[in-house]
Amino acid sequence: MTRTTIKGLLLASSILGSAGLVQAQDKTLTIESWRNDDLTIWQEKLIPAFEAKNPGIKVVFSPSAPTEYNAALNAKLDAGSAGDLITCRPFDPSLELYNKKHLADLTGLAGMENFSDVAKSAWTTDDGKVTFCVPMASVIHGFIYNKDAFDQLKLSVPTTEEEFFAVLDKIKADGNYIPMAMGTKDLWEAATMGYQNIGPNYWKGEEGRLALIKGEQKLTDDAWVEPYRVLAKWKDYLGDGFEAQTYPDSQNLFTLGRAAIYPAGSWEISGFNTQAQFKMGAFPPPVKKAGDTCYISDHTDIGIGLNPKSPNAEAAKTFLTWVASPEFADIYANALPGFFSLNSTAVKMTDPLAQEFVSWREKCKSTIRSTYQILSRGTPNLENETWVESANVINGTSTPEDAAKKLQEGLDSWYKPAK
Amino acid sequence: MKPRETTLEVGELKRPRRWHILVFLLPALIVYTAVMILPLIETLRQSFYNTVDGQYAFVGLGNFKVLFGDPRWAADFWNALRNNFVFFLIHMAVQNPIGIALAAMLSIPKLRFSAFYRTAIFLPTLLSFVIVGFIWKLILSPIWGVAPYLMDLVWLKWLFAPWLGRPDSALIAVSLISVWQYVGIPMMLIYAALLNIPDEVIEAAELDGVTGWSQFWKIKLPLVLPAIGIVSILTFVGNFNAFDLIYTVQGALAGPDGSTDILGTLLYRTFFGFQLQLGDRSMGATIAAIMFLIILAGVSLYLFVIQRRMRRYQF
Repeated sequence: MTRTTIKGLLLASSILGSAGLVQAQDKTLTIESWRNDDLTIWQEKLIPAFEAKNPGIKVVFSPSAPTEYNAALNAKLDAGSAGDLITCRPFDPSLELYNKKHLADLTGLAGMENFSDVAKSAWTTDDGKVTFCVPMASVIHGFIYNKDAFDQLKLSVPTTEEEFFAVLDKIKADGNYIPMAMGTKDLWEAATMGYQNIGPNYWKGEEGRLALIKGEQKLTDDAWVEPYRVLAKWKDYLGDGFEAQTYPDSQNLFTLGRAAIYPAGSWEISGFNTQAQFKMGAFPPPVKKAGDTCYISDHTDIGIGLNPKSPNAEAAKTFLTWVASPEFADIYANALPGFFSLNSTAVKMTDPLAQEFVSWREKCKSTIRSTYQILSRGTPNLENETWVESANVINGTSTPEDAAKKLQEGLDSWYKPAK
Repeated sequence: MKPRETTLEVGELKRPRRWHILVFLLPALIVYTAVMILPLIETLRQSFYNTVDGQYAFVGLGNFKVLFGDPRWAADFWNALRNNFVFFLIHMAVQNPIGIALAAMLSIPKLRFSAFYRTAIFLPTLLSFVIVGFIWKLILSPIWGVAPYLMDLVWLKWLFAPWLGRPDSALIAVSLISVWQYVGIPMMLIYAALLNIPDEVIEAAELDGVTGWSQFWKIKLPLVLPAIGIVSILTFVGNFNAFDLIYTVQGALAGPDGSTDILGTLLYRTFFGFQLQLGDRSMGATIAAIMFLIILAGVSLYLFVIQRRMRRYQF
């Protein structure tokens, strides 16, 4: 009896095994990614949409933990076991992969024409000739606020720096809400949600950023110190013990309705939508004087590239062309409100908060985070130093001028702009 | 007479070689060599190499010159080393005396529930550092933490501060968390040493009228001194290799303002990179080599200077 069962099992497995072989003639593409939060969106929406149009190509989305992604991916690429498609971090980590021949040249890929140069900047060589990843999404900075709290305190959305602090003062005087939910414990909040959020208005977005790269401006110039002076004033409006407040603490303080304003990145939208029980609105970083041009940080964050060692390069290119299409942009941006498509074709967002964020693209000028391109290549690393110094400025342990001086000295020690 | 001697000599020569010793040692030796000795040698080798003009080349002591000569590298390194010494001194000044005191209390024969205390105090040592870091971050959180709440109950709320977020208190706070986690190890080792003291010695002391505190200072403490020596050297090695707790509590940048940055976190950031900072294997290996030398120096000092002078008592 047992023997026949085993025989049966063996027979069945051999048949099923060969059935598997038949299946394997379909091309299977594996995507490496750090976005494990997006697994269901890929499995339920994006991959079926692609497979329906491209029979014979199967796609597997295989994410790893965000903090381990870079190291794990490098190890896999070196060992030759990485997937066919590789999700690209912006700037140097991906450029390094391209230089090591771990990412293929995609300049001539069909669909690449759907993206502007700024959108492609994060995945283009310094001379602008080769693009090696298809831009997928960007994140926009701004402030999310508790609409119910604003209504209750009869506050209107601030548009200038002065109005912004007036609103904060009113919330503080009322005492029911913490005016602003942000902590400095994790350091990056201070830099990313603070300095890089409000900064573009002072250094005039791309104009200042490119001047900094060319060496025409310095971090000690007024345009770059001014945002620090504003940040130093934030201290009084943050919650008790903000020095030890972590990023999840800030998120929770806001979604529990205990804080009125949250310096945000648009990636928060879907999380906040499910957690917050109150109405939310958003406003762009306030400008210095009424009527000034507004600038927003519209930061290229995710791209996708091709592993040159992939045995299914043709199928992978078909997939990448689809990623570059407006169809992908539409599904992706709406499935993940807060990750905005970089496609030149405007996507209609169904989420009102996301729509609010993306609408700023029309009235404000877009830029990316100042420290990301080229300037964080050396030691000391400008991005890391900006985290530390921004937190110091808000904590009050460093003055805006000292912080800027330290950053510029660090940059000067290795960066020689081409003259 | 003569032939007899010869047979004896032959017997000596034919004594079987004890191959089994080698065979028994071999697996451990192979594993240890593969996972410890070879990587160590490779790390030391790598600290003499760096990428020069895109070529991987031997640079002699070049990396070390950068580490100690470049003002930024040197500032980072000395800051990490200083913090590491503070971290170590806090352990020596707090963890080990408390460990000895707990062991002494546990060894009081009349103590009830001693098995429970022993287990309870040792338990944190068994916990993962991730859990310890997470729990303490929550306990000390100014927003949801139980620390401010409990202090409020006894009217001490004014003493509370966001300790983990202030440059002047963060390192002390993290060190004390680590002390809390590892205090069980000195306690256990010294407890075992105390139990090893024969009753005759204690009885003799009692007959001579040495009891209570003076018995502890004059009889028990000298007898457990070798165990305290071992505990100290374990603490030293553990602290200069430390990384995990700081990383989970304060992150890889070991903030605020680098105030909790120790050699382990500096090595991690340098070797593996962080965010936009790409990993620099050569400089990372250089820091690792320095860490190895520091630990080697400390352990040698203990082995060749302190341990030799320490008196041992045989019973």
